[in-house]
Amino acid sequence: MGAAKIDVKYVSELARLELTEEEMAVFQPQLENIVKYVEKISAVDVDGVEPMINGNTIVNRFREDVVAESLPSEDALNNAPKRVGDEFLLPKIVEGAES
Amino acid sequence: MSELFKLGIKEAVEGLEKGDFTSEDIVNSLIKRYEEKNGEIGAYLTFDAEGALEAARLNPKAVPIAVKDLINVKGQPCTCASKILKGYVSPYDATVISNMKANGFIPAGRVNMDEFAMGSSTENSALGVTRNPFDLTRVPGGSSGGSAAAVGADMCIAALGTDTGGSIRQPASFCNCVGVKPSYGRVSRYGVTAFASSLDQVGPMTKSVEDAAILLKALAGVDPKDGTSSDAQVPDYPSLIKGASMKGVKIGIAKEYFNVTGMDEEVKRITDEAIKKCEEAGAELHEVSLPHTEYAMAVYYIIAPAEASANLARFDGVRYGHRSELAKDVFSLYTKSRAEGFGPEVKRRIIMGTYVLSSGYYDAYFGRAQKVRTLIKRDFDEVFTKVDALITPCAPTPAFKIGDLQDPLTMYLNDLFTIPSSLAGVCACAVPAGFTTAGLPVGVQFISGALCEDRLLSISKAFEDISK
Repeated sequence: MGAAKIDVKYVSELARLELTEEEMAVFQPQLENIVKYVEKISAVDVDGVEPMINGNTIVNRFREDVVAESLPSEDALNNAPKRVGDEFLLPKIVEGAES
Repeated sequence: MSELFKLGIKEAVEGLEKGDFTSEDIVNSLIKRYEEKNGEIGAYLTFDAEGALEAARLNPKAVPIAVKDLINVKGQPCTCASKILKGYVSPYDATVISNMKANGFIPAGRVNMDEFAMGSSTENSALGVTRNPFDLTRVPGGSSGGSAAAVGADMCIAALGTDTGGSIRQPASFCNCVGVKPSYGRVSRYGVTAFASSLDQVGPMTKSVEDAAILLKALAGVDPKDGTSSDAQVPDYPSLIKGASMKGVKIGIAKEYFNVTGMDEEVKRITDEAIKKCEEAGAELHEVSLPHTEYAMAVYYIIAPAEASANLARFDGVRYGHRSELAKDVFSLYTKSRAEGFGPEVKRRIIMGTYVLSSGYYDAYFGRAQKVRTLIKRDFDEVFTKVDALITPCAPTPAFKIGDLQDPLTMYLNDLFTIPSSLAGVCACAVPAGFTTAGLPVGVQFISGALCEDRLLSISKAFEDISK
């Protein structure tokens, strides 16, 4: 893995998280330190080892595809920051479209 | 009857059955206690007194339980101690809550935590400070610090916590409680705000092992709404731990958990005394080794942030939670709502998680960490062919001072002893073991194999009996 390189500004954009200059100045060395620490796993021989994906080995538990009760839309909309009728209200998404 | 808040679950159930008092009496006593104590301890974020009294009137034999503020209870707030969920009201009950209600418990009060369960001191709560009831200048531990402080200060009968890398066991140790981290899949995660989905478990935080057994029995079981919940039958823990004894119990002492740098001398002394008590009570001690322990912290701080970064993508200002007033388009809606809503530790972990999952780094970090996790699990599988349980310290130190651990990595190292068993998906229990000369509680941890909670609780009960 080599030297710890994390570009906090770039990664925060990937994470859709706006950081202030001050936050970036604080996080950059802290995260470099953490990345450096976790790189110790590069010393482990993992040849032929299967990844452990979950806390147990239960896979693909199927159920019948039947209609069941679900959350009423009014309940789902109750926490909406903004809404119009039965819909969530958002800023315009498609550029150039009529808003 | 004025001091009903001191009761544990078992005594409360007995008194309710005999008709000595009602659920309403207990709730009234807790409200009074809350009014007296919450100002200095800050265990609760909110306590809906009217709601709890109404639930108690409807269920006169129910035992009230404090709930960590990331578990959904219909009609109640669920902030995860984050500004991003300020004002959020749960539209449904988590399965643990419906299970509790079906088994003679009612939720009462929302307790503080590190924001989104990320932390080891509850200092990462965006909504308030929680203090250790044994020393108000110290932290209660975390992330279930509100739960632990509420139990330790007799501000509840018992509490629900959640544990991803030690968030039940470390605060239990700091606040003199019993805390069980069930095996992964033993308890449903439906309705519990996800931090790291392959690790998260809900568990009881109580005043005795017997109480933990009663509450775990109520919480556990398969849930069609959680595909990772185990369909293994839930044993009747309370009756199985009756008459528990240390005689002939094979206890493993893993050398990797001792002689660790940064280990407090008094924690070491109390742990050594605990081991001696087990031996004197008839346990067989076995020295064992879990050779991949030294990599567990690194594996955890790749996997947990990775899963968190994916889970917390849902907080985008669209359907619920905080939305920035400054949002102009959909991109700034995401970036600004998240910037304003999340606290520093959550931001750090989202960035760390995004980094280890990003193109070019995925295989080296996340993929490799999952493979090392397999090796850590194999260590535990191997050890549990030889011993019934491991005994370890819960944390390297007793409760530390508020504000003392400023560096994130130093804070992470607090979970050294609890993280490996979380990664392996096995069960573990923190049990009070003694006090430092300064009067701070110290717990020990017992660890057993996956779905071996009956064995874990029996050994913990036997220890509790001999350590009193």
